Amino acid sequence: MIPTIHIMLTNSDLQAIGLTVKLAGIVTVLLLLIGTPIAWWLARAKTWWKGPVGAVVALPLVLPPSVLGFYLLLVMGPNGPLGQATRALGIGPLPFTFWGLVVASVFYSLPFMVQPLQSAFEAVGERPLEVAATLRASPLDAFFTVAVPLALPGFLTASILTFAHTVGEFGVVLMIGGNLPGVTRVVSVQIYDHVEALEYAPAHRLAAVMMIFSFLVLLALYAWRPGPKKGA
Amino acid sequence: MKIVASLFVACSLLLSGAAHADKITVAAAADLKFAMDEIAASFKEANAGHEVDVIYGSSGKFHTQIQQGAPYDLFFSADIGFARELATNGLAASDVKPYAVGRIVLWSGSRDATKMTLASLTDPTIARIAIANPKHAPYGKRAEEALRASGLWEKVESKLVLGENIAQTAQYVQTGNAEVGIIALALAVNPELAGKGGYWLIPDTLHEPLEQGFVITKRAAGNALAGRFAEYIGSTPARVIMVKYGFVLPGEVAAK
Repeated sequence: MIPTIHIMLTNSDLQAIGLTVKLAGIVTVLLLLIGTPIAWWLARAKTWWKGPVGAVVALPLVLPPSVLGFYLLLVMGPNGPLGQATRALGIGPLPFTFWGLVVASVFYSLPFMVQPLQSAFEAVGERPLEVAATLRASPLDAFFTVAVPLALPGFLTASILTFAHTVGEFGVVLMIGGNLPGVTRVVSVQIYDHVEALEYAPAHRLAAVMMIFSFLVLLALYAWRPGPKKGA
Repeated sequence: MKIVASLFVACSLLLSGAAHADKITVAAAADLKFAMDEIAASFKEANAGHEVDVIYGSSGKFHTQIQQGAPYDLFFSADIGFARELATNGLAASDVKPYAVGRIVLWSGSRDATKMTLASLTDPTIARIAIANPKHAPYGKRAEEALRASGLWEKVESKLVLGENIAQTAQYVQTGNAEVGIIALALAVNPELAGKGGYWLIPDTLHEPLEQGFVITKRAAGNALAGRFAEYIGSTPARVIMVKYGFVLPGEVAAK
């Protein structure tokens, strides 16, 4: 499999694939850390501002990538608040950098991590945690030994969706990436470049890789989830 | 009697004009945005009752779309090669006519670019230089040629960020994310950008000419309004607008 791919794809295509996998992997890990507490809070909070927070988390589902890209470019740029903060830390502005893409993707893929996790936590319900509490488990203990194992399918779904959605990102990257090979030129941008340059054959090859990858990911997701389980 | 007759003729002309109000759709390269808006408006004034819709985008994309049967009557390409290719493939109903030779400039939103040259790009305080993607954007190709011809390409390559098109390239500079950019003269003279920094015209001896041309598509063969619009582009009022926005033909001088 690997040697055939190598013959079909150019080195810059392979570089773009490697970069995309690295980006999606880092974003998935970061979102597991950031998204889990948010999802946990959303699943259990009873305050009125649970609604507004849930809506903010879901915004990237609805907003066009151009809106996100536009504001990220301004906010992360040298004159923006985040840009000034990163400059003060000695990192320099984030647009046109790999970590700029990571920050953008964390925003962009946030609902894909939080929403499945929130559903999974809600499905766990209060009861197992109350039982754990009566057995003198601390809330943190109960979370890791009771809630997390029970919500494990939710973690898997959320991670797969986050990874896949980050791989499929295009608009935001195009707006803040600057198309740098090995830094911000991910697969979706590389395909776009091939098409724009009227290089349809390489575009077809790379697009085929994406199609197969996306299908396999979704197949794994749906084949592994047999169907709606009541109360699972 | 004569007056009645001419009134009658005028009325019937008006009526037929109203009854046969024509509409054309023009696909124009994104850098033409301001110039073509103004030309279309003045054309409509001179041809009351007719509609001219202008759609802006990348020339390469329009070229592909027209080959797939897109409903455009005229095509203004930032690279005359795309228009010529349509003609060779039998998709044009007119000759390919040049409307400008594109020029590139150094432009900055934060520094006085009028005092810069290409050699200034090696300045270590310049961290990012924006150019359009040389792989498919005509202005990006010319920028690469100019940098290579000045022997600077290797020195500045690591600072380059690539815009998807020339408008995005200008936007990278305008938002301060790149200190300097190589953009189209047509954008640098636009009031939005001309207010800041200023520009330095890159000598056209450093790059291949960027010939820009238009063509009437096969779909509009026999469409009188399309023919009239094509004629209008070559007229003095249209040329004045083109030159004002930096679209110069050899022998014309752009306004500073």
